[in-house]
Amino acid sequence: MFGSARGSVRDVVFVDGVRTPFGKAKGVYAETRADDLIVRVIRELLRRNPSLPPERIDEVAVAATTQIGDQGLTIGRIAGVLAGLPESVPGYAVDRMCAGAVTAVTTTASSIAVGAYDVAVAGGVEHMGRHPMGEGADLNPRFVAERLVDPSALVMGSTAENVHDRFPAITRERADAYALASQEKVAKAYANGQIQPDLVPMAARHADSGWELVTADEPPRPTTTLDGLAGLRTPFRPHGRVTAGNSAGINDGATGCLLAAAEVAAELGLPARMTLVGYGFAGVAPQVMGIGPIPSTEKALARTGLTIDDIGLFELNEAFAVQVLAFLDHFGIADDDPRVNQYGGAIALGHPLASSGVRLMTQLARQFAEHPEVRYGMTAMCVGLGMGATTIWENPHHSAATTATS
Amino acid sequence: MTIDEVTLDYPDEVVTAAHVRYVTLPGVAGPVALVTLDNGHDHTRPSTFGPAGLRRLLAAVDEIEAHDPPVAAIAVTGKPFIFSVGADLGFRSSITEADRLRPSLDALGRLGHDAFARLGSGRLGGRNLESGRKVPTFALVNGAALGGGLELALHCDYRALSTGIPALAFPEVFLGLVPAWGGTQLLPNLIGADRAVSVIVDNALSQNRTLRGSTAFELGIGDVLLAPADFLEEALAWVGRVLRGEIDPVAERRPVQRGDAWAEAVARGRALADARLHGAAPAAYRALDLIALAETADRDSGFAAETQALADLSVSGELAAGLYAFDLVQKRAKRPAGGPDPALARPVTKVGVVGAGLMAAQLALVFAHRLEVPVVLTDIDADRLDAGVANVHREIDNLLLRHRISPDQANRYKANVTGSRTVDAFADADLVIEAVFEDLAVKQAVFAELEAVVAPTTVLLTNTSALSVTEMAARLEHPERVAGLHFFNPVSVLPLVEVVRAARTDDATVATTLAVARTLKKDAVLVADAPAFVVNRLLTRFLGEVLGAAEQGTPIEQVDHALDPLGLPMSPLVLLSLVGPAVALHVAQNLHATFPDRFRAPTSLARLVEAGRGSVYTTGPDGAQIVDPEAAAALRSATGAPRSATGAQPPTAAEVREAALRALAEEIHLMLAEKVVAEAADIDLCMILGAGWPFHLGGITPYLDRTGISEAVTGERFAPPGIATPPR
Repeated sequence: MFGSARGSVRDVVFVDGVRTPFGKAKGVYAETRADDLIVRVIRELLRRNPSLPPERIDEVAVAATTQIGDQGLTIGRIAGVLAGLPESVPGYAVDRMCAGAVTAVTTTASSIAVGAYDVAVAGGVEHMGRHPMGEGADLNPRFVAERLVDPSALVMGSTAENVHDRFPAITRERADAYALASQEKVAKAYANGQIQPDLVPMAARHADSGWELVTADEPPRPTTTLDGLAGLRTPFRPHGRVTAGNSAGINDGATGCLLAAAEVAAELGLPARMTLVGYGFAGVAPQVMGIGPIPSTEKALARTGLTIDDIGLFELNEAFAVQVLAFLDHFGIADDDPRVNQYGGAIALGHPLASSGVRLMTQLARQFAEHPEVRYGMTAMCVGLGMGATTIWENPHHSAATTATS
Repeated sequence: MTIDEVTLDYPDEVVTAAHVRYVTLPGVAGPVALVTLDNGHDHTRPSTFGPAGLRRLLAAVDEIEAHDPPVAAIAVTGKPFIFSVGADLGFRSSITEADRLRPSLDALGRLGHDAFARLGSGRLGGRNLESGRKVPTFALVNGAALGGGLELALHCDYRALSTGIPALAFPEVFLGLVPAWGGTQLLPNLIGADRAVSVIVDNALSQNRTLRGSTAFELGIGDVLLAPADFLEEALAWVGRVLRGEIDPVAERRPVQRGDAWAEAVARGRALADARLHGAAPAAYRALDLIALAETADRDSGFAAETQALADLSVSGELAAGLYAFDLVQKRAKRPAGGPDPALARPVTKVGVVGAGLMAAQLALVFAHRLEVPVVLTDIDADRLDAGVANVHREIDNLLLRHRISPDQANRYKANVTGSRTVDAFADADLVIEAVFEDLAVKQAVFAELEAVVAPTTVLLTNTSALSVTEMAARLEHPERVAGLHFFNPVSVLPLVEVVRAARTDDATVATTLAVARTLKKDAVLVADAPAFVVNRLLTRFLGEVLGAAEQGTPIEQVDHALDPLGLPMSPLVLLSLVGPAVALHVAQNLHATFPDRFRAPTSLARLVEAGRGSVYTTGPDGAQIVDPEAAAALRSATGAPRSATGAQPPTAAEVREAALRALAEEIHLMLAEKVVAEAADIDLCMILGAGWPFHLGGITPYLDRTGISEAVTGERFAPPGIATPPR
């Protein structure tokens, strides 16, 4: 195909990733537009990488689940224009629900690999306060008439209860313990200054109290206790297991990253913080969408020739504690394995649907720098309507890495 | 504080809140207090400062002072798109008792100084600004910053400007005030007297010219210029760099030149004010005095002098007229009085222009550019037609050269402007305007010819300056679709159009014409079909008095400068040159025919035209403008002997001026009685927008009222005291 990669594909590197602090729906960003969030992220990526001439960006792929209002009308193009990118830089919108940003990354990365692009911006935004999941959706009545999916499939909390049903060994107690650990790890990562470097402060206006500068995530609850978690109600099912405490919340936020062909990053003096090894997407029954990452990971491993044992660091999206635990059980990994979610996860940080995938990658990239002994890392997440998304990355800091660190 | 709370009572104030939140910046010990100025409305209602808003600002600093942990700095910014547009003008207008004016404005002046200095000084720990702890202060100017808004920014130690600022200016002098919350003292000491004179005086006197963020930054008003997309975040990051000592904006500022340079700047300002105003209005001169004072005055005495100037000007007729004129231009011009329901307007998708001469070409250009529809010019003479179309195409190219339009727009407009030797091309036009020779019979014939071709609802407009629109339409089958649309030359410059409703014009036609005027970006005043409508009738009456004096032997220069004390944009005889004596003669003849007892026969004007003189002035051997002796002779050689010949003295300049003003008062009074326009305000609006008459005259009727001329001539005022003149 393209001359720049004829006969082979090019290595694709993760140059940099940033995000806005995440907010609670109706919280800090209640009066902030979704497009302003992603614009801020894109501008910060350029500011942090001054050696990248903006006109060298070949694509801006921005994911949003609810592509409506300030997340609508081809958000990738809108965001590029609002961010002041040269008008020659194109953009598009991506939707794969929670795996939107992941898909933005894998799609643009593939285009880089085959030589269609040299540099791309990929990211996601979700303002769930302004745009609740499913807003404006018009489901085909055949879903119900032909029983194509279980009625619980569209209520994410109910799908999480279904995963508990499938794996009786995953109890509420385990889920709560996992949730508490997530909160504690986030608090520790904040204390260690591991989260802040990849946050871009966001000004948020409040008509009745003025502008504030949001510099940290709003959702974490560092004072969480097991007792406190045990007392929470189970809104999706009487005497169920899924609570607000062992799930990610309803959140607002945006993420973005710069991807480049390895050779182009070297040419432009851009850092290579991770090298893409491969990725996989897979489908499962929508009513147990939480198990999606299991087949997507198996697919990714099979296609990259790696095994689960080769993975030294995991960034798993914590939509629900139960779906993470199902993944860990499947692969024989302990609930408190130190390779998993070193900085905590979405249960504490929040999960603004389509934006979360790049948060996982950004955190993995930082952990790679901290752990040169680790060669491979993985991000994985479950996806509404029954899917999973997995990416596998190589650590350029590792001695055996195929791409030199710059 | 010694401020009398009673004199600052202003219940209608839209209060701008000063919200305080605390921001943490990396590497900065202690929070930064971030003050947001927000009146709770969107950007269409910009935040202003009235007495309650200023007190909110003081309360915000009180709160900041008490904050624990102590703040490292104070930053102030605005709601989206607006920093602050300064003092609430409604406060002055709300005062209806004359004896409250001066104390109220004096108190507001002091309250503003107090609030701005308290925030801007960063002195915390007691109201005494000399004691306490000093923290750096920052203005993060995110949007429009006018007058007091800009002054608050100047009180701060450092300023960040957004490239998205649409307007940054001191409009005070334009309105009849001075920047009196520190502007005249702080700005020259920041950017030098010369640049301050440009901002405070020159721009204000140049149709209230405003600066954009980038130009304000180039002048030195800001320390950093940032893009609007993430202005506040990056401005706060910059605040952090300043607070951490990584950068020192003060060291980057240009040194201010004092001594001779300062004096020269003030002198330049005076020359400029004299050229525009001839001393007619005090504000510019007071501002220049204050700028002069700012070179050496300490802050307290400089600010006290500002307050004194504000109090003095608060009772001036020029300020009352300026505020009135501002309101007319901002509001009345946008919603013409007496207009029908705008919903009655019909769409206009194609325009015909009858004629291909200079005026026709100007009209075709403005229709093609603003309405963006096909425009067909017509002329029976093929050469004239080709020249007319070529003329329009050339003007479109000029717009392109000046980057007013894009190449694609130029292509579109040129393709849209075509010529036709017959009116058949107008068959599908929704609107046809004629700009043919000013002769009633000719125009009647044109309309008759048009009616045979166009649809019954096609709006037919005339650009006549003096003929009767009603008579023009009289013989038509559908006279109800005829109206006047009277432009002023040069069409692309002067904002006024007079929309003439003739005797049988229907509402849909008027609504369509008003809607078209608005799309053309013109301000419309609805006038009745009276001879010469408003502007030409008054200018002709006025000019008649001036020319009459010349006929009686008053020297031409003296005659022409007799009106200088009014501060008009140009003298009458320069205006005559601009309009063209032939056009002026045509209007004058018409008015003389209708009102022979008030509009004298324009015999001297006729001689000027006959002598082929386009102007009373010519260029002398040394390049200077001098009176053309032949033109002077033409104006002077009246049929009757000059008064000087009979022993009587020719009128003095003061007599010429008085006669001209009395004539205006009489004529306006009659026009209102004839219901040419709805109110005197419409007359003023016409004179401001169509003749460029100044704000300090309020157009003209406020001046006639405040000088007593209207009462002396007509026995009554045009408006009671307190509306366009100070309360009594």
